Amino acid sequence: MNAAQMVTALKEKFGEAVLSTTEFRGEQTLQVTLASAKPMLKYCRDELNFDYMVDISSLDHMGQEPRFEMVYEIYGYGHLQHLRIKAQIPDDEEVPTVSDIWPTADWHEREIWDMMGIKFAGHPDLRRILMWEGYPYFPLRKDFPLAGKPSDMPEVGFTNIAPMADGPFVTSAGAADTVAREPRAKRAE
Amino acid sequence: MVAPAETHAAYDSKIEGNVVFTKLDSAVNWMRKNSLWPMPMGLACCAIEMMASACSRYDLSRFGMEVMRFSPRQADVMIVAGTVTYKMALAVKRVWDQMPEPKWCIAMGACASSGGMYRSYAVLQGIDHLIPVDIYISGCPPRPEALLEGLMRLQRKIEGEHSVMDQKKELMNELS
Repeated sequence: MNAAQMVTALKEKFGEAVLSTTEFRGEQTLQVTLASAKPMLKYCRDELNFDYMVDISSLDHMGQEPRFEMVYEIYGYGHLQHLRIKAQIPDDEEVPTVSDIWPTADWHEREIWDMMGIKFAGHPDLRRILMWEGYPYFPLRKDFPLAGKPSDMPEVGFTNIAPMADGPFVTSAGAADTVAREPRAKRAE
Repeated sequence: MVAPAETHAAYDSKIEGNVVFTKLDSAVNWMRKNSLWPMPMGLACCAIEMMASACSRYDLSRFGMEVMRFSPRQADVMIVAGTVTYKMALAVKRVWDQMPEPKWCIAMGACASSGGMYRSYAVLQGIDHLIPVDIYISGCPPRPEALLEGLMRLQRKIEGEHSVMDQKKELMNELS
């Protein structure tokens, strides 16, 4: 069964929970409801032999409702098919952990918590993984400035604002076209 | 200290030609500069160039600084080679604090000197925000020749130090 047939099978199995499907250059993406995401991922692992959780990431659609979205990339070494499952996170909802399905999800979810501030329900050890415990911000959120914000925890860690000085990788989030959005040396807004 | 003009070393013809007169500072500095023991604080790609500098092709030991010590208590000069993240910053400071005086610091490469291209929330914008730096080496990463040049400049700096006056102040006060 190839990925396109698996998408059809998932649509039949989960029905309404699959909001839309996309195919782009052979990559299959399912947009699903958050409530159905975990049962669907478990079904993918148990029945469709997706034994490899490639990556879990999250998106920040600042200014839109709902703001955050999860992206799961899964792969099967038996059938060599790749599938992407996306789910928007309704406000004030926690995402059910998938670390009990794929143990590798443990650290992926810790990274998302650390960088984006999305909480995972049922995660065995939801601590920061890159910044230190007690760091007050979530740096990959769109409203966090690239230069950072000052913070101080005596004896543990501190951060300061970096002098951008029209610095090498200034991005303009939300600019009209990709050329304007591209990180480059220019005056920070 | 200048020896009074009428003082002579006890003259023994057997050792003629084997005695060298010099200043204590010069002797101390000469010994120090020719046996620098670096503490390799390798944090990123600069560390690869630092390792290359220590290997046979570039060979730090030609200048007497090959004894890389991974214990700060045995090191004289800390080579901060790489990107100092805020998470690592206090650890670098702690290693520095454990090094015995006299000690020197080399900021190797753009990141250690100024944060380099990492103008972001995660990176300390130059190790000189935390510890005093003697030599900054430009480059991203600097080639081994640049590190050698930096270490030789440090040697030149050590030559000019008033080491006894600066580091044995109490002793000097007692003597004078």
